[in-house]
Amino acid sequence: MVIKWLSVYFLALLFPLVAQAGQDQVPRIAAASSLQFVLPEVLAEFKRQTGHSVRSTFGSSGNFRRQIIQGASFELFLSANESYIDALVERGLTVDSGVIYAQGRIALVAPKNSTWKLDGNLSGLRQALDRNEITKFAIANPNHAPFGRAAREALVKYDLWNTIQPYIVKGENASQATQFSVSGSTQGGIVPYALAVSPIIAESNRVVLIPQSSHQPITQRMVLLSSAGNVARQLYDFIKSDQARTILKQFGYESSSVSQLH
Amino acid sequence: MDTTALTLSLKLAFWTCVILFPVAIFFGRLLAWRQFPGKAWLEALIALPLVLPPTVLGFYLLLGMGATSSLGQFYFSLTGHHLVFSFDGLLVASVIFNLPFAIQPMQRAFEAIPTNIREAAWCCGLSRFESLWRIELPLAWPGAMSALALTFAHTLGEFGVVLMVGGSIEGETKTIAISIYDRVQAFDNHTAGTMSAFLLIFSLVTIGFVYHLTYRRRRSES
Repeated sequence: MVIKWLSVYFLALLFPLVAQAGQDQVPRIAAASSLQFVLPEVLAEFKRQTGHSVRSTFGSSGNFRRQIIQGASFELFLSANESYIDALVERGLTVDSGVIYAQGRIALVAPKNSTWKLDGNLSGLRQALDRNEITKFAIANPNHAPFGRAAREALVKYDLWNTIQPYIVKGENASQATQFSVSGSTQGGIVPYALAVSPIIAESNRVVLIPQSSHQPITQRMVLLSSAGNVARQLYDFIKSDQARTILKQFGYESSSVSQLH
Repeated sequence: MDTTALTLSLKLAFWTCVILFPVAIFFGRLLAWRQFPGKAWLEALIALPLVLPPTVLGFYLLLGMGATSSLGQFYFSLTGHHLVFSFDGLLVASVIFNLPFAIQPMQRAFEAIPTNIREAAWCCGLSRFESLWRIELPLAWPGAMSALALTFAHTLGEFGVVLMVGGSIEGETKTIAISIYDRVQAFDNHTAGTMSAFLLIFSLVTIGFVYHLTYRRRRSES
């Protein structure tokens, strides 16, 4: 008897798989994890206007580059590192060279209950380090994550890199670095502004922008992949529109005039 | 080859084995010879890391060991440093994650010891400890070796949990598996390839050693 009911239980578990197989094919898009909060808002507006929805996957841009080369069926790729798009263009996997649609910004964050001074030129961070108040500080891995690279550049620029290095905790991508920064297990971090200002993070943390001059530009570029259908192309145009740029700007993406690359 | 990461992984694997060995003997004997209410659930609990995604354990550890958690604060008051993003934190994760790899082979080994041998030991007046040390362990040693080898190799291969709770700190939480991932992310296929090949061969030799022991035991039994 028990065996019989167990079999029914496991068969029932399989049912959603069967049901899902018949679902409509919505275009899949790949987006850098730093777009985690802003992109859903852009997509919601896109849906309001066109009625189309897309399925978005967030992750490290480098992973997407690799997956797309291996044949992953994305139709649009929003990368936090534009060199990854060059690699796809070279292999003839894209419609064209894509466009730069924004510049990313980084921010210094710390939990609300912390007391050290938060400022763009990191002088408060320096004082906190001098007072041994910082034991762990999170950034994205500077070896491959664009926002992590910018964080390191800013720390080098303000001459703090050598002092802070022993305390650095590295997130695998921008999103994990943000999670580490606000978990309460670190005293703060340098993360994408676009993640730091999302309501879920901003309500329990202090956030301040770091000047753009302190690091190399974090150029945000997107490209349509060869398999792109009509909906993905509409979305591509929508992200370049003023409406989308207004949303992007709320999340700190400086919308330098959209530039078509050839 | 990232030797710092390799050394760290070896150190983690060593300490995991040291901690788990007595635990495995205790639970292995308990599960092999005793009947008690809830035994099936205890076995299920121990087997859980085999089926649970590492992200589930990583998630709970991140919450449970964080600086604001009660365990995190207790540990901080004890040692003066934080558990999360530290070697000690990784060790906690590693011990939990390796429970089935250490306990199950020990349990099978103790189960294989005939009851009349243990009864003979009692009749000879051996104390429980003497019986364990002079009769049971020598008979169960292939199981013990399997347990240690599997735990060691599995720790070197552990990735998901370390990625979630480690923070990739050089010499502290950046294990060889994380270092390989890091190199792949940086498109450094050469270094990633060298380290991957090393782990592949090492793991093959370890598992081969375990199977070899198992066959030897079967031959000696028949």
